[in-house]
Amino acid sequence: MENYKNQGDKDTRSGFGEGLTELGRSNENVVALCADLTGSLKMNTFAEENPKRFFQAGIAEANMIGLAAGLATGGKIPFTGTFANFSTGRVYDQIRQSVAYSNKNVKICASHAGITLGEDGATHQILEDIGLMKMLPGMTVINTCDFNQTKSATIEISKFDGPVYLRFGRPKVANFTDSTQKFEIGKGLMLKEGSDVTIVATGHLVWEALIASEKLSQKGINSEIINIHTIKPIDEDIILNSVSKTGCLVSAEEHNILGGLGESISRLLTTKLPVPQEFVGTKDTFGESGTPSELMNKYGLNSSSIFDSAFKVLQRK
Amino acid sequence: MAEDLNKLVSQVRRDILRMVHTVNSGHPGGSLGCVEFFVTLYKRILETKNNSSKDMFILSNGHISPVYYSILARSGYFDVKELNTFRKINSRLQGHPTNHDGLPGINISSGSLGQGVSVGLGIALSKKINNDTSLVYVLTGDGELQEGQNWEAFMYASANKVDNIIITVDYNGQQIDGSTKDVLDVGDLKEKFISFGWEVLEVDNGNSLDDLYYTLQIAKESSKKGKPIVILMKTVMGNGVDFMMHTHEWHGKAPNDDQLEIALNQNPETLGDY
Repeated sequence: MENYKNQGDKDTRSGFGEGLTELGRSNENVVALCADLTGSLKMNTFAEENPKRFFQAGIAEANMIGLAAGLATGGKIPFTGTFANFSTGRVYDQIRQSVAYSNKNVKICASHAGITLGEDGATHQILEDIGLMKMLPGMTVINTCDFNQTKSATIEISKFDGPVYLRFGRPKVANFTDSTQKFEIGKGLMLKEGSDVTIVATGHLVWEALIASEKLSQKGINSEIINIHTIKPIDEDIILNSVSKTGCLVSAEEHNILGGLGESISRLLTTKLPVPQEFVGTKDTFGESGTPSELMNKYGLNSSSIFDSAFKVLQRK
Repeated sequence: MAEDLNKLVSQVRRDILRMVHTVNSGHPGGSLGCVEFFVTLYKRILETKNNSSKDMFILSNGHISPVYYSILARSGYFDVKELNTFRKINSRLQGHPTNHDGLPGINISSGSLGQGVSVGLGIALSKKINNDTSLVYVLTGDGELQEGQNWEAFMYASANKVDNIIITVDYNGQQIDGSTKDVLDVGDLKEKFISFGWEVLEVDNGNSLDDLYYTLQIAKESSKKGKPIVILMKTVMGNGVDFMMHTHEWHGKAPNDDQLEIALNQNPETLGDY
């Protein structure tokens, strides 16, 4: 942890909002659409500053995705915003046909992802979206870990030509990555080198992995911490290089273990360098109402689960 | 002009029939019903010469791809010989149209129904941002209007005064399982569109080249006046082949060898088969 200090809790969705605001000022081709959640997605400033480039779609997500595909056909770079649940499952066929298969330059920006949406409960939480999106041919899938990384990713994906799913969340969480970082799509980040066990985390679980790493070192275990923000295409080299040294791996994500980051890593390891792996994630279940921290604890999405999984996988080496 | 267009109509019908017959699949009924519309749109309406400002067309009911491919080929977008690859392996002419494989003239994939109007509106919005005065045209089926996304799009268009788009509904009253009235009655479309704030035009004979041209001209003149425009185009499914007309039987069925011969005899070769 010595290298990573919390600069103050901030929500990742505000990182998206700030990134989008910057894009509004710097790139006139960027347009934004929202399905009646402008405040929740922090898109207000973009909307106020660029009224001709902001489209309020109303509670009509399917039409919003179609509008975005059309705006992209017309040469614009559309960013759509709504909750992750309504950004993916509700509009899967629209994304599949009008965006992915048609290779449209649409950025699907999804807030309130995972279980940390909290009190609204399972109808609004989604723990399947990474799987849904990564299965679409040609879709880039990104899950950012803090405010700074989300802001940087938002700006960077505007420069990439192709459909992107950008996943972030609702609660205020540790903001610990560099505010001047340059986000590189598909490039994992080595947060801490170690020799005993590799821990690969994405999204809100990255900070938890850093906490777990400290607890592990107190027990004499030297863990290597990797942040995979781009789940597709995944940075194979950083993972393979790490496990060739440590010989075991724990994956951690705020997502169902079926279809998420862990499964992408497991396919990689099985085909290239088989080593034991343990999975931190939800176990094929829906969420429920509760505070974000209560839910993270109940569903095992925290530093203790990562710590326990590291011990378990070490015994399987 | 009229004579040339009639020749083209006959040839496009032959293309459709031969394409679906060769692979024993595809959708001849709706394709034949819209031949006159496509011929009029591509030969007399669309303005596509200026690269920075050109009209765009979106086919929402992608299953009538045979008529779309034929008119694109016969308008020079690609070689007519490529029509022979329709629905075959390694072809750009997929069962339902897509830009995925780089086929010229196709702007987006369609086939899963109900998505084209939204896409057309998005293109129309981009034209407004660019101060581009050209128009967007979309064709949808009438059965397709059972898809809810269309009504999201219709609501959006009038609420936001998207008036640089012209939607045409292929109002043939048929869908795979039977008449639209029996399957799921779409009701009084004219009243529905009026209540949704659209300017509604009607073509009683959607298989008349003259009537289509006249109505599309009125639609153009009515554009950019604060309202989106819809044309309810009453067509006959299977038009031009007597045994395919006025029934849903040929929605998604190809003719056999004997049926093809009869159908082709009713539509002489005019511009050379592919």
